[in-house]
Parts: sequence; structure tokens; C-alpha cells
Amino acid sequence: MTIHPLGDTALIIDLADESSDADQLLALSLFAADAIERARLPGVVDVTSAYRSIALFFAPGQVEQNIKEKIRALILPKRARSRGKARRTEIPVCYDNEFALDLARVAGHTSLTGDGIIALHASTEYTVACIGFVPGFPFLAGLPEKLRVPRLESPRTKVPAGSVAIANAQAGIYPFESPGGWNVIGRTPLRLFRVNENPPAFLRPGDRVRFRRITRAQFDAELE
Amino acid sequence: MTASVISAGFHTTVQDCGRAGLRKFGVTPGGALDSVSLRLANLLVGNPECVAGLEITSGRVRLKVEVDRLVAWAGGEFEMRIGDEPIPILHCARVSAGAVIEISPKHGGRVWLAISGGIDVPEILGSRATDLRAHFGGWEGRALRDGDALPLGAESELCRRFRAAIPIGVSDWSAPRFVPRRRFLRVIRGKNWDDDIGAKLLAQKFRVAMNSDRMGLRLEGGEIGSNNPPELVSEAVAPGTIQLPPSGAPVVLLGDCQTIGGYRKIAHVITVDLGYAAQLQPLDEVRFELIELEESRELLRERERDIALFRAGLEARFG
Repeated sequence: MTIHPLGDTALIIDLADESSDADQLLALSLFAADAIERARLPGVVDVTSAYRSIALFFAPGQVEQNIKEKIRALILPKRARSRGKARRTEIPVCYDNEFALDLARVAGHTSLTGDGIIALHASTEYTVACIGFVPGFPFLAGLPEKLRVPRLESPRTKVPAGSVAIANAQAGIYPFESPGGWNVIGRTPLRLFRVNENPPAFLRPGDRVRFRRITRAQFDAELE
Repeated sequence: MTASVISAGFHTTVQDCGRAGLRKFGVTPGGALDSVSLRLANLLVGNPECVAGLEITSGRVRLKVEVDRLVAWAGGEFEMRIGDEPIPILHCARVSAGAVIEISPKHGGRVWLAISGGIDVPEILGSRATDLRAHFGGWEGRALRDGDALPLGAESELCRRFRAAIPIGVSDWSAPRFVPRRRFLRVIRGKNWDDDIGAKLLAQKFRVAMNSDRMGLRLEGGEIGSNNPPELVSEAVAPGTIQLPPSGAPVVLLGDCQTIGGYRKIAHVITVDLGYAAQLQPLDEVRFELIELEESRELLRERERDIALFRAGLEARFG
């Protein structure tokens, strides 16, 4: 574990040297963020985790002198245990051509058929590694090797809301219309970010996610 | 109780001190890019310091205030008038019902306007700040347009005492300037700092690119290069972080930046200089100066003490 300043009012705790296994590092990061958040350290206003690190943000001028020792004591990696049962969620996806803007591109890169891509994408369990890029956008770890395709050469200026996409080792979902360079292979009728709900994001870091194939008629019926 | 937008200017948004505690859901803190200027403007009119006001970027803004209010402004080099009367920066001024406020830039990039009672748009996820990328908060999740009518909140008891102390025109109290015009943005080392890249960052002059916005200042005109950038796993970034994408052109992240990023974090603009960063406009030149982490934290503690002292002074006089 190494602790680095992220500017003068935040710290990054890098856990990369605790394991060589990406899944273990993700689990450790989620555990550590949870432990820090529960400890309610004075001055801490925000805690986040990503693949193999967590970050703590402080109110201006309120970074404590002995904060590093406190952090080390709270997240001793050997004390890390799973955070109890992960939430499991199913995301309905319509993979019709109309929504699967880059299915042909993915087929070209993977030499799989459209149906083969969909079957593989929908039969995998993913873990929400973190949420970012835009509010509510889940970075999903666990994409099968065979589906790894580079980003588009030039990003789209507008990716439609609900687009389900893949790029390199990751899967994700665009919560609303935004620019983006991932390969879009379907669309969900679910709204992943709801400003009037708490928490506002449909998914949370650590959630387990599966995609369920639906028809165009079901998509229209379930559209939020 | 509204303020009608006669001219919305180039880019004007409702902002407060931003959203805290929601980074794990990808929600950026946002809020006023120079929160100190907003806080001072609010204190000057008797508001709690993080009440929502307006952030005005370049352009000329005209507002008609439908009720008697107090106003104050802070930030860059602008001019403000109520009717024909000029209102100096960092003072408190009375506006009578129906009067028109006009704010126009001289050289400044951004300015923050506080109105007593604040702008009473709905609070969303704990804040009234406009999130432009996710289209929520502020006024309908967007920048203001001509013809918008902004609801104003109720004035505090302190606002009423302030008004009684200004028989006409402008207050005899003012706030100190916390955002001096600097030629350098002070930085501290980032996680991916190395002496070679650092030397190039510090030795050169950069120019703010046209496509800069509330998310970040994109810099051009300097050469940092990107010899074999390491493959990095995404992790947290923050306002002030200087990222180095493979193009070799650094980006200084500002208040609306993403919560995570995968580029090298070579340095961070110190928090007390973010207000100056918020004044930089496309084509402005910028240079960097390295200081130590402890010094930047001490400068920040000092600044917070100065703001607390200013607040205490006003409360002692009117409380």
C-alpha cells in the first residue's frame, strides 16, 4: 500500500502492490473504501474506490497530520474480508441492429457472429469496478477475453442514452446521451441515473451485474 | 420574488459550493469554479456563504431584480452597474425593485454575483449547482437564456440589518481580494511526476486552448512529449490535477472534471490558486511554479482563517 497526495486536499491510496490478481485488488479496494467511509474520519468529505486504489477528499485545510497512520490501521490488507453478500442485478438489453451500432465492427475484430457476441456478453457476470466518466456510468470488470475490442478510432459526439458498450477489457452503459468512444452493441430501457433518488446511481461499486436479452417490444414496454 | 434575465451573456450558470460525497456515483462536485469569490460575495450581502449565486463567463449580463435586494460581486476584472451607478468589486449594494443590474467584462474571465436570499432553484442531490454534463441542478440543468426568471430565496435577518446600514448606494464595508492576479499557477508534484517531465512543465509557457471549459483548461504551445507513456489503470482525479494524455499536451482539471481518469497525473495546481485558474481564458498564457505540499496546505489553512476572520468581523458589527 502506498499513499500519495492527490493535490493538497485529497489522498490516493494505491493498493497495486498488495496482489497480482486484478479481482483481488478490486475486492480489496471496495473493502478499503467501505472501511474508511465507516470510520467517519474527521475532515473527510468524500471517499471513492477504483480498480486498485481508493481516494479520500478533505474539507479545505483539514487534512490531519497523522492521517496516514489512521488509514494504514483501518485497511490492513490481511484483515480484508468480503463485504458480505454483493447485490446482484439484471440489466435488460435489446441487441437489435437499430441499437447495436457497432456489432459489425466487433464481429470484424473478434471473428464471432452477432449472435455469438450477444450470447457471450449476456452469459457473463460482471462486477461494477467503479462509476465515473459521467454520473452513473458503470465500469464493469469481467468482460470475456474473446470480446476485447479496441475503442472506436474517432469517438462519437453523441452516444444515445442507455447504450450498452464494450471497449478493451471493460463493459459499460451510457446513462444519458453523451460523447463516447466505446463499441455500442445494444441498449437498455433502464435509467441508470436518477437525480431524485438517493443514491442517484442505479448501480453501486461492487454490484454483480448480468445482461438479459430482451426483444424490441419488451424494450418499448420497459422504457423508463 | 424573481430576478429576470434580460441578457444571459455568453455563459452564465447558477452555482453554489457544489455537491459533496457523491463521487462514488460519478457525480462531480462542480459548483463555483472559484468558490472563494462566491463565498465572499455571499458574506458581503449577509447570506450564508454557500448559497447559490451566478457564475458569469465573459459576455455582458443584464438582470432585472423585481424586489428590493442586496447584491455583491467578486472574481475577475469586470464592471458592474445598477442603473447608471458603478458598483465596485467586493462591496455590497442596494438594488431597488425594478432596477437593472449590468455586468460586463473588462479583461476578466469569470465573475460571481450574489443576491441577498440567494437563487432559490430546487436543491438536487444536496446542491443547487448546475451540472452541465449530466443536465441537472441549477436552472433546468443548463446555462441561462434570455427571458429566464430566477426565483429568489427569503432574506436572512442579517441581510435586513445590512440593508439598514446602507442608506443609499454602496456599503462602507468591503472584502479583501483573495485572488491576486498571478503570472504563475503554483503546483505540487503529482503521483506520476518525474523530474524530466516536471522540468518541461516548469520551464515553458503554455497557452489556454479554445476548447477549454468548466471541465478543464487544455494547454497548448508547450512541448512535454510523451515518451512511452505507461499504461495506467484509472483512478481518482480532482480539480487542479494536471493530466498528461498521450498527445503530450497537458490538461488542468477544473470544478466540473470527471471523477476518475486514466492519464498520468504529473502535478496539481494548489487549491488556493484554483480561483486564478478560473480566470484564464482561451489564448491566455500560463506558467507553473513548483512549491512543496506542506506550503500549499499552509496557504490553504491561512486562506480559510482569513475568510473566517472576515466573516467574524461582519458578524461582530451586525450580529
